[in-house]
Amino acid sequence: MMKNAIAELITKMADDELILGHRNSEWTGLGPVMEEDIAFSSMAQDKIGHAWALYRILQEQLDGEDPDQFAFMRAEQDFKCCHLVEMPIGTYDFSLMRHFLFDHAEAVRYDSLQQSSFEPLQQLSRKLKGELKYHTLHADAWILQLCKAGGESYERMQAALDQCFPLAAGIFEPGNDEQGLINAGIYPGEQALYQRWLDAVNTVLVKASLNMPDPATLIPQYGGRKGNHTPHLQPLLQEMGEVFRLDPTARW
Amino acid sequence: MNNQSFDPRVNRLKLGNADEPIKVEEGENWNSYEVFHQEKRGAHHEHVGCVHAPDPQMALVFAKEQFGRRKKCVNLWVVRSADILAFDAEDEDMFANNQEKTYRDASGFKVMEKINKVKGSKAP
Repeated sequence: MMKNAIAELITKMADDELILGHRNSEWTGLGPVMEEDIAFSSMAQDKIGHAWALYRILQEQLDGEDPDQFAFMRAEQDFKCCHLVEMPIGTYDFSLMRHFLFDHAEAVRYDSLQQSSFEPLQQLSRKLKGELKYHTLHADAWILQLCKAGGESYERMQAALDQCFPLAAGIFEPGNDEQGLINAGIYPGEQALYQRWLDAVNTVLVKASLNMPDPATLIPQYGGRKGNHTPHLQPLLQEMGEVFRLDPTARW
Repeated sequence: MNNQSFDPRVNRLKLGNADEPIKVEEGENWNSYEVFHQEKRGAHHEHVGCVHAPDPQMALVFAKEQFGRRKKCVNLWVVRSADILAFDAEDEDMFANNQEKTYRDASGFKVMEKINKVKGSKAP
């Protein structure tokens, strides 16, 4: 029973990383300046790496499938990613805001996993600590920079925040056996992470003079964790697995 | 002439309006920053290259990716290129060493010390 709940937790974390990693890699060669293009592409690659590490835990500890098969051959409804990561890249303000909100969520999640009773997750979270620190530093620097610039720049960041926030709140959609995971000390549960995330992003938003949408009246965009997705996911999966599906048994 | 490009960097050059004077907005032209890389704690920071950035904080973020990603790195410095004072290239002749002054080369003493030490140890 606990095994299924842990597998569900890891699958949704990994799917988020895989899909957002793929989305952000769509900026490669199109970034606003060369330095940022390289930075954003590199972090997209990091996300794919996180996904791979998590799929490996599924395979090695929880009798899961081969990571490549699992990533490229699954049907759309078997993906457990949230809607935030499925959205097209849009303009850079949207992609940056998504990066900021998602990576802070990732940071609080992995931070909590450092105390996890499930050893493989505990080890992975220690390994990724420095990487995540840099990702949030990068995101914070951009948010502050673009808000400081005022005018159109500030307005677009506020609009991107308003658009992203209900989607980002959907990261914390409750799982099936969350109480079990909390009691077993696997992780603190989505509600606790959501609160920590609100505190973390609010600290930066205040400095940037952005107005955080009121969490009390907010309607989080749920559904992804249950396998209900936006129309944007299927075309992405199609493109991502295109080459792999030419010969799923090929050795790379 | 319409020169709309997919690349915003090209659009910012406003190539289509050749007759109009080019006005450079504040913050539009970024500074270049020199990057210094430290391989291990306590080691010297060594110059490795430069990045373009709107301010020092962004320069650090960019430098981390450009220069801290592959080689071992524990710290980086960034310095605005314009803040570095340098000699003119044509003043290079000031540094040319006089042939008769090689006795000033500290390295010469070090080598002599070693030679003497070896000689001394071989003495009966």
